[in-house]
Amino acid sequence: MSRLVPFFGFVLLVALLGFGIWWNTGHDPSAIPSPLLDKPAPEFNLPKLYEPTATVSKRDLLGKPYLLNVFASWCVECGAEHPVLQAEAPTLGVALIGYNYKDAPDDAKAWLAEHGNPYSVLIADVPGTTAIDFGVYGAPESFLIDGKGVIRYKHIGPLTSDVVTSELKPAIAVLLKEKP
Amino acid sequence: MIPELGQLALILALLLALAQSILPIIGAWRGNRAMMAVARPAAFAQGFFVVLAFVLLVWAFLRFDFSVQYVAENSNLALPWYYRIAAVWGAHEGSMLLWIFILNVWTLALATFSRQLPEPFVARVLGVLGLIAVGFLAFILFTSDPFGRLLPMPADGGDLNPVLQDPGMTFHPPVIYMGYVGFSVAFAFSIAALLGGELEQAWVRWARPWTNIAWAFLTCGIVAGSWWAYAELGWGGWWFWDPVENASFMPWLVGTALIHAQAVTEKRGSLRAWTILLSIFAFSLSLLGTFLVRSGVLTSVHSFASDPRRGLFILCFLVIVVGGSLLLYALRAPKVAGGKPFAVVSRESAILVGNLMFTVAAAMVLLGTLFPLIGDALNLGKISVGPPYFGLMFPLLMLPIVLLLPFGPYLRWGKGEVPVLKRVMARAGLAAVACAIIAAFLVDGQMKAIAGVAAAVWVAVGVALYVIKRWREMPRGRRYPAEMAGMLFAHAGVAVFLIGVLLSESLSVTRDVRMAPGDVQRIGGYAFRFDGVTETQGPNWRADQGTVTVTLNDKPIAVMHPQKRIYTREQVQTESAIDPGITRDLYVALGEPMDAQHIDGAWALRLYSKPFIRWLWAGGLLMMLGGFVAAGDRRFRVRRVANAQDNATPDKVTAREVRA
Repeated sequence: MSRLVPFFGFVLLVALLGFGIWWNTGHDPSAIPSPLLDKPAPEFNLPKLYEPTATVSKRDLLGKPYLLNVFASWCVECGAEHPVLQAEAPTLGVALIGYNYKDAPDDAKAWLAEHGNPYSVLIADVPGTTAIDFGVYGAPESFLIDGKGVIRYKHIGPLTSDVVTSELKPAIAVLLKEKP
Repeated sequence: MIPELGQLALILALLLALAQSILPIIGAWRGNRAMMAVARPAAFAQGFFVVLAFVLLVWAFLRFDFSVQYVAENSNLALPWYYRIAAVWGAHEGSMLLWIFILNVWTLALATFSRQLPEPFVARVLGVLGLIAVGFLAFILFTSDPFGRLLPMPADGGDLNPVLQDPGMTFHPPVIYMGYVGFSVAFAFSIAALLGGELEQAWVRWARPWTNIAWAFLTCGIVAGSWWAYAELGWGGWWFWDPVENASFMPWLVGTALIHAQAVTEKRGSLRAWTILLSIFAFSLSLLGTFLVRSGVLTSVHSFASDPRRGLFILCFLVIVVGGSLLLYALRAPKVAGGKPFAVVSRESAILVGNLMFTVAAAMVLLGTLFPLIGDALNLGKISVGPPYFGLMFPLLMLPIVLLLPFGPYLRWGKGEVPVLKRVMARAGLAAVACAIIAAFLVDGQMKAIAGVAAAVWVAVGVALYVIKRWREMPRGRRYPAEMAGMLFAHAGVAVFLIGVLLSESLSVTRDVRMAPGDVQRIGGYAFRFDGVTETQGPNWRADQGTVTVTLNDKPIAVMHPQKRIYTREQVQTESAIDPGITRDLYVALGEPMDAQHIDGAWALRLYSKPFIRWLWAGGLLMMLGGFVAAGDRRFRVRRVANAQDNATPDKVTAREVRA
């Protein structure tokens, strides 16, 4: 019987791969569903990266729009995004909040020390559980959240100068105009 | 006309592959010599037509035959000839043709160099290889025809994916396929042994050089791929645990276990069933890799083509080949634990521990790679595990292997001598600790770097002690037989690799900076001065080219030219500039212009100093060299009759072989 173990293991694998094909015919694997768009951002209450005893919650940030940028020191693409954030942060017109995702705080701090820190506030989600509520697929991701706490724009993958100019800044402009 | 000839050649090859697979296997089963004799001629004929199809596609690329859709999509008039050849395997259809082409290279080699093997055995081996060829030829003809026409014919074509327009990339796919596909030979040997049903182990000796060569090619391919990622992707990394990288790494891990298990089975007769299972695993993982890359089930930076129909086809093929062989294994694998007994302290035990670790590591990589899929299946949402998972698990699993490595050659088969091992442990341990202490001062207490030095010295001293021992104790000419020399090269490669990985990982310095012309950035003693960006041109691209002058203590070291290229079809590709060195690489990548109006000409730049990074590829190349050298051992080439004198082979087998 024990000699059948590899075979049964393989049957499980085939079931999984078959499922993968079936799933992909119904879903575009690269399109990430964004059920949160134009919905209120999930509630969160996370410690600050540099001051773990203090926390920042969704409520604390209400009132002004902000850009929540999910990043991690282990994430290769975040390195690609970083110079863009560094350059664009001052001209965005909204606060840039760093959301450190599934990262060892020391690694994150070292990474920021090395690459520079464009963020006005940094929060850390070490276990990555809150990120699930946000539907975070992988770092980097960016959420533009308005003063009422509603997600208005979402970008998956690194923000490039192109994306910032053609998508993010127009979205911010709309937000800022709405403000009474 | 010529593309249709290519198609016809593939159809004929498919028919011949059917003949090559069905007739000889039935013949070997029935003992019908005439049917067995079909194997070789059919293999040669199939090989001829596949090579013909391949050459015709190369020809279509060289002649700019844009009436062929595949050519039109992947090349254009400005593409230099060498990249037009590389474009043959630059996308899905052609890379499948390359797959079958290389399968035929292996089949032809086997058909040529197997004349001294028993006929039923060769018939079964070639039959199994034929079956694999049937699957892939049918796959090409039904889902991925590279010769499909495009009408009306465009005046110019598209472009080869610019990521692939790099010298390293021209030979990376063929080499990695040589490895991947080469495991089909070990697989075919195992299946032939299972079909034959004899409790013989002679086949393991015949399979060993083939497995070693395939493994060496795969090692070389992975090294080339890693080098390419480093030089081309612009992030200074050399391994990303990307699904496609994992797809080539899993067969390598299992293949490494396999070449060691084969040594045990060949010399001692133990671990027979395990060796068969590993052969099946190694090739199955190669097929799985093809599935993962080609089906689009997993998204990856490498996924060049994806189509559910293709995925379904490969999945069915996987079910037949892997499911069939695992079922065959369950039914026919040697039931009795054969071979000579071995003690806890013995070479067999050490190899078994290593095998276990390699196999578990491969399973770990497989789990991590398929994790997003498991997440979808169990409705956990989009999840994926990244480098943190692999980066933690992999070193943990490899640690026992590194610790055991120096003892390997000292351990005797059956029962090792403990006093000898203690001596080796004392010497290698002492050297490792001493070097680690010295390193601790030099690297400023970086744990990873210290561990790297200690581990590398531990392994290297172990290898060196054994080299000296053989030199002293053995007469000239018998000191280092090729098989042993290969092992020593490969193990020394591990030491070199460890230095490369751990030192570069811990001591690298990265700077993301905005630099205006004239700005200077310092990393260590090196001063990087940015001298602005100019425009430049290549055969099929234009580029912004930065100039960075590097000085050390005011002495010029290098002038580096990182580029940001824009290819004919507006695809953007960074070309980083690297100043190589034995103790460090300097690496500069050009980012984005920092001001839209180009007033002060400032750019985002990425500067790296990467100590000892070259060592990790050097280590990989040493391992590859080891694989090739070991495969060349005379023992694998002696005629069968000579086996009669070799007392490592049980009498039963020898008698049978002499009769045959």
